[in-house]
Amino acid sequence: MSEIFFNESVILLDLEGTLKEDVLTTMARNLVDRNLVKESFIQAVIEREGEFPTGLPTAGVSVAIPHTDVEHVNKKTISIGVLKQAVDFGVMGDDSETTPVKLVFMLAMDEAHSQLSLLQTLMQIFQNEDTLKYLISERDKTKIKCLLEEKLDFIALKGDE
Amino acid sequence: MEKKQVLVACGAGIATSTVVNGAIEEMVKDNNLKVDLVQIKIAEIGGYVDTADLLVTTAMTKKDYPFPVINAQSFLTGIGTENTKQQILEELKK
Repeated sequence: MSEIFFNESVILLDLEGTLKEDVLTTMARNLVDRNLVKESFIQAVIEREGEFPTGLPTAGVSVAIPHTDVEHVNKKTISIGVLKQAVDFGVMGDDSETTPVKLVFMLAMDEAHSQLSLLQTLMQIFQNEDTLKYLISERDKTKIKCLLEEKLDFIALKGDE
Repeated sequence: MEKKQVLVACGAGIATSTVVNGAIEEMVKDNNLKVDLVQIKIAEIGGYVDTADLLVTTAMTKKDYPFPVINAQSFLTGIGTENTKQQILEELKK
């Protein structure tokens, strides 16, 4: 299994946008610029979010986990976007509801059916109100990176800077 | 008891379905059940309509299927997980 790319460069603070598409474009563009995903990822992730929304109302802070097919990914990574103002995302599994999302975890996965423990831990983070509140208030990307590395406990998680 | 085929589906078949798949695998083990778990994209369901006994999904599905459909969002949010597990167990024990 290849390593996951994660460092300060994929953590975006104070993201602005009125629509979820703005947020998705900014985050995906950043991944394209770093050659972590292909150009096609941008459109694909927006379309996938439209078809299968990923907003999750959680304890205190709503999150979204946009992602798309593996063929658009060069290197797997988790990108984090902290929104200046909440943006409405569709609720996963429910086409009639939206939720005001403040934290976006954009997943770029390069293998199907993998990463179980990583994803399970990520979901545990969503269930921890204190961690979510910390993530939306912390201004220091390095601190965010360290906290998530510790929480997600990837042995393989080394940013190749 | 016959081995049941359980579909676990999400939009891309890589992220949330992996989490749900893991949770069901654990349940199956804890309850000594024999289940054939198949992790797929929601778009692939058509290929399983004749064989599947249950669909557990995080993606909404408007189509009617000949098998029961259980929403598994609780495995992601932690809200109502026990209830969802109960629903799944009931179907598996039928």
